[in-house]
Amino acid sequence: MPILKVPTPLCSYTAGKAEIRVQAATAGAAMRDLVRQYPALQVHLYNSRGELRSFVNLFLGEVNVRDLQGLETPLNDGDTLRLVPAVAGG
Amino acid sequence: MLPELSREEILRYSRHLLVPEVGLDGQRKLKGSSVLVIGTGGLGSPVALYLAAAGVGRIGLVDYDVVDESNLQRQVIHGQSGVGRLKVESARERLLEINPHVQVDVWNEPFTSANALGIAAPFDILADGTDNFPTRYLTNDLCVLTGKPNVYGAVFRFDGQAGFFDARSGPCYRCIFPEPPPPGLVPSCADAGVLGILPGTIGTIQATETLKYLLGIGTSLSGRLLLYNALDMTFEYVRLKKNPKCKVCGPQPEVTALIDYDAFCGVPGVVHGEAPLASDLVVSAPELAGRLAGEDRPLLIDVREPHELAISSLPGAVNIPLGTLASRLSELDSARELVLFCKTGNRSARGLELLLSAGFRRVRHLQGGINAWARQVDPQLPVY
Repeated sequence: MPILKVPTPLCSYTAGKAEIRVQAATAGAAMRDLVRQYPALQVHLYNSRGELRSFVNLFLGEVNVRDLQGLETPLNDGDTLRLVPAVAGG
Repeated sequence: MLPELSREEILRYSRHLLVPEVGLDGQRKLKGSSVLVIGTGGLGSPVALYLAAAGVGRIGLVDYDVVDESNLQRQVIHGQSGVGRLKVESARERLLEINPHVQVDVWNEPFTSANALGIAAPFDILADGTDNFPTRYLTNDLCVLTGKPNVYGAVFRFDGQAGFFDARSGPCYRCIFPEPPPPGLVPSCADAGVLGILPGTIGTIQATETLKYLLGIGTSLSGRLLLYNALDMTFEYVRLKKNPKCKVCGPQPEVTALIDYDAFCGVPGVVHGEAPLASDLVVSAPELAGRLAGEDRPLLIDVREPHELAISSLPGAVNIPLGTLASRLSELDSARELVLFCKTGNRSARGLELLLSAGFRRVRHLQGGINAWARQVDPQLPVY
């Protein structure tokens, strides 16, 4: 199963877990499975039309899925997806 | 013409002059350079300290805050004697103490769409050391519109990010973060805390990137975002590309002048016509104390994280951390009057909105949080 790495600011919605195993064949399905497992993330990651909010940056390895096939980017077993959040603190 | 170095400066910078990548010409370049540091907090402290020590000729500082005791755990440009003073004045004194050969110009005002262009105009490069999204987007857009690099850093607890955005040759901040997260999703350091050393690590990386740019040496972070985790001691990178749809640096930009960044970032009460919380939804600490002493006591809901209860707590409060509130609504009796509280009132305000949207009607939150209670009701309780 692919792994989705969740950034620290979102870990309060995933019971503190930073790495979530997801049942998914694409990047978009991985996000949907994340939200299925942790519904409190839904409102933060998706807009009211059910679209992924544009601040959500998803990387497969070092590459933004935007530069691959977006949410259709296929995933293989053992792939690591990483959510990179905008962070404001200074 | 590069400025000459005096005999004193040659001695002072001798360890730079010995480095072939810097040398006498490089040091003269630094003396002829200028850097604007936005914010003199956790990130701005190391950036400004090291750039001053390195001999950058002109350093600008923008901040509008005063030094608070709770800043000193990480904002190393300030000291105990600076508590209560203007940050820019405290910082300027420290920089001139480190290096009297540099010029330090300060602006004791918020960095806004109205003044940013004027303040930044004389500077070669900007270092983003702010603690909020509106100023980060403002700094980015300003840099794109005026063709200056933006040296970026941001911190959260044990996580840090660093980048070098120069839209003339690579992506800008908006290419990677087209819009900010919804308000409240990413808590501030004031709410979530930060390891004091973390901004030191990230700020010194920003200072390094700044010096490399001014000297014209090395490979910058442009096109890469550094992700640092202090707990795991990992430095990882993700690759960034220019976003052809970028609203500020793309081929068809929508943002061609500085905008209202508070509205863009959804600062509560500004965006979407959203009204600030009505006054009947807040309760002051003295009023709450009176209610708790009476017969019809409201139930207190503490939405802070469990580890914060060891610092201060209110008797009888039920701890439901904000992140778990949505999934624990069934534990709450909507017929009973509820008062939410946190450290300063930010998280409890979000919890209140959540409860209101879930149909709760007899609910308020404590204005100023438990810190206000400590100041106004129970001085034995620590403020943090």
